[in-house]
Amino acid sequence: MTYVIIIIGAIFVNNIVLSNFLGICPFLGVSKKIDTAVGMGGAVVFVLTLAVLVTWLIQYYILVPLGIEFLQTITFILVIAALVQMVEIILKKVSPSLFQALGIFLPLITTNCAVLGVAILTIQKDFGLMEGVVYAISNALGFALALVIFSGIRERLDFMDVPKGMRGVPIALVSAGILALAFMGFANLV
Amino acid sequence: MNQLANFTKGLIKENPVFVLLLGMCPTLGVTTSAINGLGMGLATTFVLVMSNLVVSLVKNLIPEKVRIPSFIVIIASFVTIVELVMQAYLPALFEQLGLFIPLIVVNCIVLGRAEAFASKNTLLSSIIDGLGMGLGFAFALTILGSVREILGSGAIFGLKFLKGDGMLVFVLAPGAFIVLGYLIALINRLKKTA
Repeated sequence: MTYVIIIIGAIFVNNIVLSNFLGICPFLGVSKKIDTAVGMGGAVVFVLTLAVLVTWLIQYYILVPLGIEFLQTITFILVIAALVQMVEIILKKVSPSLFQALGIFLPLITTNCAVLGVAILTIQKDFGLMEGVVYAISNALGFALALVIFSGIRERLDFMDVPKGMRGVPIALVSAGILALAFMGFANLV
Repeated sequence: MNQLANFTKGLIKENPVFVLLLGMCPTLGVTTSAINGLGMGLATTFVLVMSNLVVSLVKNLIPEKVRIPSFIVIIASFVTIVELVMQAYLPALFEQLGLFIPLIVVNCIVLGRAEAFASKNTLLSSIIDGLGMGLGFAFALTILGSVREILGSGAIFGLKFLKGDGMLVFVLAPGAFIVLGYLIALINRLKKTA
């Protein structure tokens, strides 16, 4: 039951992009086409899950026993950067087709604050390893969902007659605001 | 480039938020009130100035290939300092900004200036660039926070000047996107006429 609450909570109620404001850069940057949005979403699901798994182990098996929790930020960001590089290298060797699909999005993920943000949140919320991983996957799916919906909206926006001053980023931001308003309908669901 | 132009470019012309669209997560996430925006802006300014300073000093010592990881370690060290200092002396603000303090590490502005400016310029220019960009960021966040606070609760910097509750939606998540959208449209308009 707790898993169901974690999943619904992370995907809909506290959507990582629309209510926690993490991962806004890729949300605005790679949301012009649905295809790229799906690619980015897939890459984030992959990296985020791995990152939370590894950072959780580091937090409880290295940082806490040594009493150096204040080094959390430095350690986590380095681990994530290294992890992204490693995933890139392994994927290139093992599954070139998947690498082709996710390739260009992987390096961008290091600076995606959603990854570091969720890693830190998992620790702050005192999740166990299993809960943490479920939390990470749900958040990544929430990110992918928001990204795909938003890119669908932006594809439509291209055909609209938008006032000159509002074209481009401003109208995209206002649309994102309305999307966030829609997601507020999920509040109090869990 | 003269130092004055170097300093002022970050405030309006190359404003990190309104023009370059960098560092959007803290911009949207913490600006529920003017004071939060200002606090976040100043914390980022400190990190930006210090990381620009150190990067500029060590730029010739770091091998080309490992420069990005090295920059990240430098930035993360200063973020940790900010985290610990704020936790000790400004616990209320620290509580409010929460997760976004450690996330200064992945704020694209900081790494962006280290890579694009401090690793190529002299010490003094780098410090001034960091200060200008940081204050530009703080300025944008304060404006956004003020607008949201005025519309959302009829107050500014916590001083209430309107009766009633205001439009709560502007303090909540959707308001952040909508206010920033209109502010960017306004800045675009002002830049055209200027």
